[in-house]
Amino acid sequence: MTDIQAQIDVLPGLDPRAPLLEVTDLHVEFRTQYGISRAVNGANFMLQPGETLAILGESGCGKSVTAQAIMGILDSPPGFITKGEVKYRGIDLLKLPENERRKVRANQIAMIFQDALSALNPVFTVGYQLSELFRMHKGMSRADAKRRSIELLDQVKIPAARARIGDYPHQFSGGMRQRVMIAMALALDPEVLIADEPTTALDVTVQAQIMGLLAELQQQRNMGLILITHDMGVVADVADRISVMYAGKVVEEAPVYDIYARPAHPYAKALLESIPRLDMKGQQLNVIKGLPPALTSIPQGCAFNPRCAYARDVCRQDPPPPAYIVAPGRTARCHFWREVVGDE
Amino acid sequence: MSDLEAVAAAAGPGGAPPTEARHADKRDKPRSLAGDAWIDLRRNKIFWIASILVVVIILMALFPTLFTSANPRDCALSRQHAPASGSAFFGYDFQGCDVYAKTIYGARASIEVGVLATLLSGVIGLLFGLGAGYFGGWTDAILSRFIDIVLGIPFLLAAIVLAKRLSADASSNGIVAVTVTLGVLGWTTAARIMRSSVISSKNQDYVAAARMLGAGPGRLMLRHILPNSIASFIVVLTILLGTNIASEATLSFLGIGLKGNAISWGIAIAEAGSYVRTAPGPLIWPSIFLAATVLAFIMLGDAVRDAFDPKLR
Amino acid sequence: MFRYIVRRLLQMILTFFGATFIVYALVFANQDDPLQALAGERPITASVRQALTERYHLDEPFLKQYWYYMKGLLSGDFGTSLTGRKISDMMTQAWPVTIKLALIAMVIAATVAVTAGVISGIRRGSMFDNTTLVVTLVILSLPIVVLAPLAQLIFGIKLGWFPPTAGAHPDFHALLLPALVLGSLVIATELRVTRSSVAENLRSDYVRTARAKGLSRKRVIGVHVLRNSLIPVVTLIGVDIGGLMSGAIVTEGVFNIPGVGFNLFRGIRTEDGPLVVGFVSILVIVFLVVNLLVDLLYAALDPRIRYE
Repeated sequence: MTDIQAQIDVLPGLDPRAPLLEVTDLHVEFRTQYGISRAVNGANFMLQPGETLAILGESGCGKSVTAQAIMGILDSPPGFITKGEVKYRGIDLLKLPENERRKVRANQIAMIFQDALSALNPVFTVGYQLSELFRMHKGMSRADAKRRSIELLDQVKIPAARARIGDYPHQFSGGMRQRVMIAMALALDPEVLIADEPTTALDVTVQAQIMGLLAELQQQRNMGLILITHDMGVVADVADRISVMYAGKVVEEAPVYDIYARPAHPYAKALLESIPRLDMKGQQLNVIKGLPPALTSIPQGCAFNPRCAYARDVCRQDPPPPAYIVAPGRTARCHFWREVVGDE
Repeated sequence: MSDLEAVAAAAGPGGAPPTEARHADKRDKPRSLAGDAWIDLRRNKIFWIASILVVVIILMALFPTLFTSANPRDCALSRQHAPASGSAFFGYDFQGCDVYAKTIYGARASIEVGVLATLLSGVIGLLFGLGAGYFGGWTDAILSRFIDIVLGIPFLLAAIVLAKRLSADASSNGIVAVTVTLGVLGWTTAARIMRSSVISSKNQDYVAAARMLGAGPGRLMLRHILPNSIASFIVVLTILLGTNIASEATLSFLGIGLKGNAISWGIAIAEAGSYVRTAPGPLIWPSIFLAATVLAFIMLGDAVRDAFDPKLR
Repeated sequence: MFRYIVRRLLQMILTFFGATFIVYALVFANQDDPLQALAGERPITASVRQALTERYHLDEPFLKQYWYYMKGLLSGDFGTSLTGRKISDMMTQAWPVTIKLALIAMVIAATVAVTAGVISGIRRGSMFDNTTLVVTLVILSLPIVVLAPLAQLIFGIKLGWFPPTAGAHPDFHALLLPALVLGSLVIATELRVTRSSVAENLRSDYVRTARAKGLSRKRVIGVHVLRNSLIPVVTLIGVDIGGLMSGAIVTEGVFNIPGVGFNLFRGIRTEDGPLVVGFVSILVIVFLVVNLLVDLLYAALDPRIRYE
């Protein structure tokens, strides 16, 4: 853990009692010559130290864009944040000048990516890419930075770290590369770690190892972890809370147990029903009918209405459903959430 | 001269900004690749400028009398380096020939050599590319090695040796020699493009399906593979046409291309070079026409390639 | 790395024999009177005919002729020109100035191309980018036979910024204009490749990672993107050398620079066959060697190949 006072010195206005990360009404759009694509239309969530928040949704629902907006690494143009707040301990990151914003990355908020082979620079050694962090952010000498890099590779359990520091990314196996990514993200002891589909590109056995390593490191450091995934199985094991996103909106946010037991949004419910389960063997699997909407033409009202079994006229009209409070700390954007919860 | 390899290596020009999102909206309106390309082309100013230039140059080559009534071979030393007068808009050269008429008539040799050499290269490239790409294995290894060997000789050097060798026999004006030289040496890029697009379309499911339905190699190539590879192939040939015209001028300039009483921009530039201090006109005009012609074909090929290959932008 | 080098060496040897064979065959094969072809339209005296026949072993079978020719090339004996001078002597005299010219051309071209290409690649679709694309298209299309005489006319004669011809011992200033002309042959391609390579790399995942690491924009582009983008540009040098050789024939001819190209230019115009064959053979060898070196350089720059 970084010393809070030292952080306040670097980031004036930092409030140690404020939530670690708070995203409010975030809107992101991509302006292209073929029209405006609304990738995120009001994402809300909160993260506390030591907590794991899973952001769940189909591909193209805006979860990766949300992560990139929080990091401040959105490609702009064409991507623009049009509305909303991203507060790190009370400081709105979106209002910081780029120079200060840059220092927040890796120091306070770090990120790991899906495909470590393409996410690492192919022409520099792993050691160089790790040392770079210490040299650029901490002004360390090459020798010191190298020593710290070896320690880090040890921490993420890469065998023979000292010998492998001079290797290039393509010389590592998939699992080892993802460990290097994790080491790189954790180098400067961030308080928030965003993992964007960290295990999708890996074998199932390696997936478990990487998730285990992440959980272990999170506990050691009391980090807040945002886990972006479409894999419901991974989520159930590690997440404390879940945000389900659909067409750029968080449609349901709830503690993990509640949502698995009684989903309050038809989309969350449909997602859960589409997982094959052993106890339902022999029955027809419930898949969600239709495709998610194109982000250039999101339906009026509730974006899910064309695919929803509960939809009525009110769902097809603006304004879209607000975030109804289902229980303390639990919201759902569905007019008929009571019906959905009580349906089973 | 501008080397074709260099042009072909210069991937990724284009007028429009990046368009990652263009694929996103394909979902609602499915369009064909050619249709998409045509929509892009119609909006591209460079495409229209190039097309108009090409049409004018071809008219010049086919019907020079539309542009001038003077005879380019009607020269009189008494008019040596005389200034512009009457229909001789560009004045007279060292021999006392009408520079305007000579420049207009020069288009014919350029287009003739350019088109014929490109067709020859096209046929050779097509056969090599299709053969190497379709049959693969040893055929591919041998043909590809041969392409490497031809590429191992810098183009103009090979052209000098070959043109010299071919023109030694004939006492003609050298059109056949230059055409064969350029045609025989210029096919490598076309063959490589053909080979790689055949390889990629060979592995497509619909080709595999046709093969399983019993289509033989000839039918497969003609009906299923060729139509998908032909767009990039034609683009390469269009650009090759431009560089062939430049190469013809270069060889003629060096004295191993067109010769005798042939009228060529390359010869005109070479002749005028010696008197450039006293009379720059005979140098400038054929230069401008030559550059514009080469530019037109390269721009045309460039624009079409961009339209067909949006990911290169 | 070792396997890569061996493979490249074997490929080069094959290409070398293939290419020299083609050059030789083009000159001598299937000709009624190869000597007359060598000498062009000038009459050949009996003694010259005798000497040339011996020189090229024309009384022996073709493959044997090729064997003698190769033996000559490999032992540094490139023959004698029709004017009686040894090709190797002419070459020794001509090399330094051509290398100087080519180096100036390449340095200027690479500096301008990489700088402008990086800016274009970063700001795609901008005013600068669109202008650069049009300019490169025009440069790409300007044949050297247009470029060299016009540059000489405008900057040498009319404006008088540079000497219009170089003379026997050209200095840097005299070589600058021809070098610019020569450099323009390769600048457009280099620029376009840099641009598309930078643009492509900017979109890649590792750039996103570098930004997520909180690195400055200067470092992301100047270190991470540039290092990757230069790999394809370096490999262009091989192709470029061929273009420069071709360009040097016309450029040195127009500007009267006593280099390799000028000798070849004069050899072609005076129909000096042995000179042309000798010079072309040497240039082909140089081209192949440079391409081999570029391949090795490529391996040194890209670790994915180095550890293949």
